[in-house]
Amino acid sequence: MNMLLDFIITAIPLGMTFLFGCVGEILTEKAGHLNLGIPGIMCVGGTCGCVALKMLRNSGLPWPLIVVLAILAAFVGGMLMGLIYSFLTVTLRANQNVTGLAMTTFGVGVTKFVMSPMAEGGGMSYLYALKYFRYPFQGRTDALKYCGIMVFLGIIIALVAAFVLSKTRSGLYLRAVGENPATADAVGINVTGYKYRATLIGSGVAALGGLFYIMDYAGSYEAYKSIEAMGWLSVALVIFTLWKPALSILGSFLFGLLYIAGSRIPTLLGIQLDMSATPLLQMLPYLVTIVVLIVVSVRKKREHQPPAWLGLPYFREDR
Amino acid sequence: MKTHDKSAREPLLRIVKRESMPIWKSMLIRVIAVLAGILICALLSVLVLDNVDFLKFIKTLFSGAFGTERNIWKLGKNAAVLLCISLAVTPAFRMKFWNIGAEGQTLIGALASVAVAYYLGGKLPTPVLLALMLLASVLAGAIWGGIPAIFKAKWKTNETLFTLMMNYVATGIVAYCLAIWCPSNGSVLPRLAYGHLPVIIHEYFLLIAVTLILTAVVFVYLYYTKQGYEISVVGESENTARYVGISVGKVVFRTMLVSGAICGLAGFLIVGALDHSITTTSVGGMGFTAIMVSWLAKFNPLVMMGTSLFVTFLQQGAAEIGSAVDPSFPNIIVGIVLFFIIGCEFFIGYKIKFREKARKGGSAS
Repeated sequence: MNMLLDFIITAIPLGMTFLFGCVGEILTEKAGHLNLGIPGIMCVGGTCGCVALKMLRNSGLPWPLIVVLAILAAFVGGMLMGLIYSFLTVTLRANQNVTGLAMTTFGVGVTKFVMSPMAEGGGMSYLYALKYFRYPFQGRTDALKYCGIMVFLGIIIALVAAFVLSKTRSGLYLRAVGENPATADAVGINVTGYKYRATLIGSGVAALGGLFYIMDYAGSYEAYKSIEAMGWLSVALVIFTLWKPALSILGSFLFGLLYIAGSRIPTLLGIQLDMSATPLLQMLPYLVTIVVLIVVSVRKKREHQPPAWLGLPYFREDR
Repeated sequence: MKTHDKSAREPLLRIVKRESMPIWKSMLIRVIAVLAGILICALLSVLVLDNVDFLKFIKTLFSGAFGTERNIWKLGKNAAVLLCISLAVTPAFRMKFWNIGAEGQTLIGALASVAVAYYLGGKLPTPVLLALMLLASVLAGAIWGGIPAIFKAKWKTNETLFTLMMNYVATGIVAYCLAIWCPSNGSVLPRLAYGHLPVIIHEYFLLIAVTLILTAVVFVYLYYTKQGYEISVVGESENTARYVGISVGKVVFRTMLVSGAICGLAGFLIVGALDHSITTTSVGGMGFTAIMVSWLAKFNPLVMMGTSLFVTFLQQGAAEIGSAVDPSFPNIIVGIVLFFIIGCEFFIGYKIKFREKARKGGSAS
């Protein structure tokens, strides 16, 4: 295939990893909770999915069911992590930054602990399912092979999230909770309930990113080591796309392009780029995010701001 | 809109803020939380790891940290570096500026030191070189911390996300410099021959001593100076600060310069006293751990000596237990214990009131 096309197509599935994490984080942030545990949640999601795949290997189930069960396992794993986070930050009103960082520490630790022996076992412990996840392009040798079923799932989830947030009553209530929980509470919205639901579903969605990264994009036993970096980029993507799930589909694609630009552009243009340029190009997604963050805060357009109550705890009697 | 029949009833449980709690009682709650956390970790290890029983877990935890003289020095060293970075983030946290960029600020400080030693090493006498390294590190850290602060002060740009991104920009710059300095060596910088801090008593002694002095300085700065007081006022309420004539933007900027500068100092210590080199992971996540350490100590520098020692103790002890299995085990242990400590703060700040007398048909909400 054409090298330019290959470059562009590779960016889509890579961006999909960010998309899952980003949509999950948007849902959580819309409830006013800055969840810095997303990298840890994505790690745990990937781990749960892979453990499920390993257990299902000789189950004799039809392969679509195996894929669905693995996705469910990742989702539930993420939700469990989300439950820890929301119990600590919503019910026990703990500091969100500290809780999130502890979640990441914990999640990354668990993942390395569980995944490294599974890789050493070698053989076919979970990568056997690669061809199922990469359906319908599993046989191809070009970049299209990464565009498996979860790519479509990711886009659907992002669109559904966008619809729910902007067009439904639950979405409206959720945004109200994130903007000002006291007001939301006063009009009878169940603040705690919305925070819990948003965080749990958000964590579940983010967790799929980890599974997707291992089982589709990377497809290797080493993949679990780099999920954490992907997770932080997902958090960056939330800002970059101004808390809008639909926009994040495009944003994730752009981040994907930027992420691999360092290794692809030199060969593409047929120039010999100095090796030192790669780190600089890999910095681009973060720099672009900073620029967006600054521009948004300078322009002060109301629809582009982070949820007003982001990062703050809510206590009803605290008025 | 939902119906409001619930609000007519009194819920079974009600949460109210506590006025204050005697210090022994709050300490007791924390100790119980830590013990509960360690207990869970021990149970988990017994279940997951082969040939670990409960007693062995506790024993290894302690011997890993205090077992030999070497281990004790190692504990002191790791705790000192962690303490130094924790002290750095504290001034910013006290004014509720969530600087989670300590990782990047420390790394860029370390890079500045390495750069000075790399280009000027051997051309200057060691004391001058060390002074230059220190200056470069502190400046670099202050700049790295100051950039997000300018935008926060002027346009209220979200500092948590900004500083988070700055971490990765710093990592990228380090990777870039390494690629320039040693392209033939797979971007691995060999140990620098120059710019070593002198060894007094023990190779880690100077590092620990400097950090302890720094602790006292930061404590005095925060509790006994006008600037420290201004930080507290801004943290308490920006409106109050404005009302009494404190320029909030100025305080934010100045405090982040201090925060970043101390991070830079930590970077200098890492390079000058320990690594004499740099990689993209030289700080190794300590910038993030420091945030938890500082928070655990309620942003009090003196208490931070204890909390940094405690977290390091957990990490080092757990590393000993998990070493046969996997180096990631400490992260799990630290994570679990932190969950318990984070959770227990609730019972210190709030109390749960039960409904006075049960009413017919009333259910918990």
